[in-house]
Amino acid sequence: MEMILLFAPLVGSIICGFGHRIIGEKMAMFVSTGALFLSAILSWIIFTKFQGEGYTISLFRFIESGSLSADWSIRVDRLTAIMLVVINTVSALVHLYSWGYMDKDPQWKEGESYKPRFFAYLSFFTFAMLMLVTSDNLLQMFFGWEGVGVASYLLIGFYYRKPTAGAAAMKAFIVNRVGDFGFALGIFGLFYMTGSINFSEVLDPHNAKELSKTTFKFLSWQLNALEVITMLLFIGAMGKSAQLMLHTWLPDAMEGPTPVSALIHAATMVTAGVFMVCRLSPLMEYATFTPNFIVIIGATTAFFAATVGLVQNDIKRVIAYSTCSQLGYMFVAAGVGAYGAAMFHLFTHAFFKAMLFLGAGSVIHAMHHEQDMRNYGALRKKIPYTFAAMMIGTLAITGVGIPLTHLGFAGFLSKDAIIESAYGAGTGVGQYAFIMLVIAAAMTSFYSWRLIFLTFYGKARGNAHTHDHAHESPLVMIVPLIVLAFGAIFAGMIWYEDFFGNHWEEFFGSSLYANHDTNHVVHDAHYVANWVKASPFVAMLFGFLMAMWFYIWSPENPAKLAKQQNSIYKFFLNKWYFDELYEIIFVRPTKWLGDFLWKKGDGSFIDGGINGIALGIIPLLTRKYQAMQSGYLFHYAFTMVIGVAVIVTWFALTGGSN
Amino acid sequence: MDNLLSIVIFLPTVAALILAVILRGEDELSQRNAKILALIATLATFIISLPLLTQFDPKNTGFQFVEEYDWLAGLKYKVGLDGISILFVMLTTFLMPIVIGACWTVRSRVKEYMIMFLILETMMLAVFSSLDIILFYVVFEAGLIPMFLIVGIWGGKDRIYAAFKLFLYTLLGSVLMLIAIIYMWFEAGSTDIPTLMQHEFSSENMILFGITIVGGIQSLLFLGFFASFAVKMPMWPVHTWLPDAHVQAPTAGSVVLAAILLKMGGYGFLRFSLPMFPVGSEVMATFVMTLSVIAIIYTSLVALVQQDMKKLIAYSSVAHMGFVTMGIFALNKQGLDGAIFQMLSHGFISAALFLGVGVIYDRMHTRDIDAYGGIVIRMPVYALIFMLFTMANVGLPGTSGFVGEFLTLTAAFKANTWIAFGATSGVILSAGYALWLYRRVVFGDLVKESLKGISDMDMREKLLMAPLIVMTILLGIYPALILDLIGPSVNALLEQVHAAQGVIIDATSKAIH
Repeated sequence: MEMILLFAPLVGSIICGFGHRIIGEKMAMFVSTGALFLSAILSWIIFTKFQGEGYTISLFRFIESGSLSADWSIRVDRLTAIMLVVINTVSALVHLYSWGYMDKDPQWKEGESYKPRFFAYLSFFTFAMLMLVTSDNLLQMFFGWEGVGVASYLLIGFYYRKPTAGAAAMKAFIVNRVGDFGFALGIFGLFYMTGSINFSEVLDPHNAKELSKTTFKFLSWQLNALEVITMLLFIGAMGKSAQLMLHTWLPDAMEGPTPVSALIHAATMVTAGVFMVCRLSPLMEYATFTPNFIVIIGATTAFFAATVGLVQNDIKRVIAYSTCSQLGYMFVAAGVGAYGAAMFHLFTHAFFKAMLFLGAGSVIHAMHHEQDMRNYGALRKKIPYTFAAMMIGTLAITGVGIPLTHLGFAGFLSKDAIIESAYGAGTGVGQYAFIMLVIAAAMTSFYSWRLIFLTFYGKARGNAHTHDHAHESPLVMIVPLIVLAFGAIFAGMIWYEDFFGNHWEEFFGSSLYANHDTNHVVHDAHYVANWVKASPFVAMLFGFLMAMWFYIWSPENPAKLAKQQNSIYKFFLNKWYFDELYEIIFVRPTKWLGDFLWKKGDGSFIDGGINGIALGIIPLLTRKYQAMQSGYLFHYAFTMVIGVAVIVTWFALTGGSN
Repeated sequence: MDNLLSIVIFLPTVAALILAVILRGEDELSQRNAKILALIATLATFIISLPLLTQFDPKNTGFQFVEEYDWLAGLKYKVGLDGISILFVMLTTFLMPIVIGACWTVRSRVKEYMIMFLILETMMLAVFSSLDIILFYVVFEAGLIPMFLIVGIWGGKDRIYAAFKLFLYTLLGSVLMLIAIIYMWFEAGSTDIPTLMQHEFSSENMILFGITIVGGIQSLLFLGFFASFAVKMPMWPVHTWLPDAHVQAPTAGSVVLAAILLKMGGYGFLRFSLPMFPVGSEVMATFVMTLSVIAIIYTSLVALVQQDMKKLIAYSSVAHMGFVTMGIFALNKQGLDGAIFQMLSHGFISAALFLGVGVIYDRMHTRDIDAYGGIVIRMPVYALIFMLFTMANVGLPGTSGFVGEFLTLTAAFKANTWIAFGATSGVILSAGYALWLYRRVVFGDLVKESLKGISDMDMREKLLMAPLIVMTILLGIYPALILDLIGPSVNALLEQVHAAQGVIIDATSKAIH
């Protein structure tokens, strides 16, 4: 069953990508979508039937060199099961949705066959993602990790005619490689220190404890082994999950078709970093510096991305920054040791964020691929189902529920769990995270409602023709929204006890590890003061009212404020100038250095200096024989033959005399 | 068959002789016949070489298929294979039919062109299988002649310059090797490689011109061989002949150069430097690894700013060879496994990349990156294949390019974290230059008039790529195919090196006191 689950998307992808000329476009798309639904059903069976203890199915050997050995294998435990459900459910729905969204895409000319390619990429992505979460060692995980990166690269660059798409794809891949640089070094370090890259040994809490007491020489310093290794691995997570400093690729990734944004850049791939930190929980538990660093990065990202989200005008970019921000929440939870809460938010976020993206896709589809919200307005009557879906998504992400109870939309439960955990951690960084996350919650509410108000309320703006022809999306696009809506409403309430209740450790079994000597965060989080529990709700309400005031009651306000606080507005609008900064400190110097090394290093110094002797002779020879035809080269060759013959003869004569 | 190996080695030359004697004329038909005959000869060589692989016993760490004959007065012809050399022999016989296939569009002096490649194949096979050091030296140098002519006659505009540069660089390097060989011969009294491997050259520290040389004679001999192999690899800073040679060489020449000839240096390190001068290798290890990591970063940066596709791939080759030398001189299991794997994998990937450039060069007659853009629209199959090999080139897991990089980096981390840190950053840079190349050539809208009529790959071009695709993916997913084969030989080699480890600690402490 696990084998079918894992390989169905791959088979679907191959048949769809290579076989569509034989079996036809429709059939090819049907095969890949069907394979995904099969996987999705199997995932739910595994998830619901799963009883505590994990197991591993070995397929065949991957790399074996001395003590380094890793197999291709399928590891199934609670953590994997959760990911399987998330990945396959969203992927299957996105496949279905794409039947409608990708139909008659205006980016393509008549007769160009782009749909099978799209579906093949989507399925291939799903396969790589499944390989990532089912791996039993760091090597296969890295395979999946880079595999999803390639799929993401191909899908961001899907509209290859657009130069911006090509640039965004490349940026995504390279920024992720910076993260992978850390990830790879972390793997090397772990192998160096423990002699293994298999989870069975690496994640043994006993070994992790030993490792935390060992130091090794990293670069020029004698450092704690565990801190260095976890730090390097986390750099990988930062790249994939678009955390601060390595986040710049995610907003640009919106160049890809919207279903891609929903699947890869919201629900699955970007959460791989969170999954990784949770998977490595035994290592994180014994480290001290790294978890604190994770909390700080997570909290700061949540805040930073929310500020940028406030002022974006492109509907997809707003949601992209929102994703970035929500990933920060998850890292805070993982960093303070509430892994269950991190996975919980990952789980619920997948539903409502995929829904928001697919909803946004439906709006874009209705508006003939217009993405600027300044040209929307008053759409709720024209596309009522989409409006309903977006409303549910917004209620979920902003965290609407009844304070001090466990009744509310999915985001209400999972986000509050994280905020309570941050406070419950009782540490300085926990306090910092708590404050940042509550502020971010207010901003989340503001930009989410802003999106709703700008899109569906007010007066119709922009091209009147486009508005006249706005139409509700076809059924294949609406059905996935309905399914996801169930998740966005109920996922939190159904699974709250399992993920974040008092018995969360029983639920996760051995897949997560909490060191009880130091980690009581979940217990403490349950008993934080009521004002702490209520604070995200108040923040949400505040954000909502501000949005009402700005975009419903006095719509002239935003422009006024932007003018009044122009520098802050510009700062947020330009995403804190990260791209410009990176251009100056990384991109340009690298190109300059390359040019310098080529022209001065290779050209003047090496060819002109060290090897000057050789270089002196060549021009001489070539000048002398410029007029000659290349046939004369044979003369040289003949001379060489004679030279070799002389050497041989010399050897033979002196050798013969021995 | 007792002399299977010799048959494999000499079959191409026999075919070359037949070509030289029988075929006359420059007309269409005889050109075609020359190509077909060469193709048959190389295919036959490949097929006949397959039993070498099937009959090879990986558990036996000695040399197999050994043949020994007297040659000229006192000189020996001795060949044989172990778990390391068999791979390179197979790589050569596997790639040569593809190389011949890549010559199909050549129109001038076809007969001579084919003869050159056939002779070159014999030389390369002899290099990888010779068990006599003088035989090795002769074929190692003689292999240069056909390559010199291939670049110098069938090359591009500045072919004469490039050919001489290639020739002089490699020749000057080998002079020192020749001196070392002569010394070894006098010292050990034998030219037999297995005997030399057992011979312990003195590693007593010695004082030359007032400088203490740690490792003594072994270090000097090491340097003699190093001069030659470093140029062949090529290592930084003696790499500049390679980009020039590649740019001027015809497609088939580039393929041979990158895929097979560059492996001779790495093979030399494994066959001579490590087993014969273990102390010298230990002494020099950090130095060589430092050069390797400089090569990785330096040439990757240079590759980033190239405008010529072939030059870009040539620089990328130098960077990839940096992983090889880094792995070899990490002197541990993963390093040697990784280095050998990397050489093999680079053989497939670089061959495919140069073939890929050849495909569009044949159509547009320019290698300038800016002359392209948006060809995916007219050439979807080409775009897909080029994507695969671009990803393999940047070391994507699941392709053979990953395994070698991963293992050599793991090995380097054990040896020195600075080295590993620097080399791993090459992984970011490689993604930079490779994807930027791809984006500028393949992606974008097709606006250039000249490209509007470009046609996708034809059947011949697809057939040339197919075996490379299979190998790249197969070895990426199941590298055990190779690692199992080389494992015992690598272990034996390592034992030999580590036996000298006690000696070196002793030697350095003496040097300090």
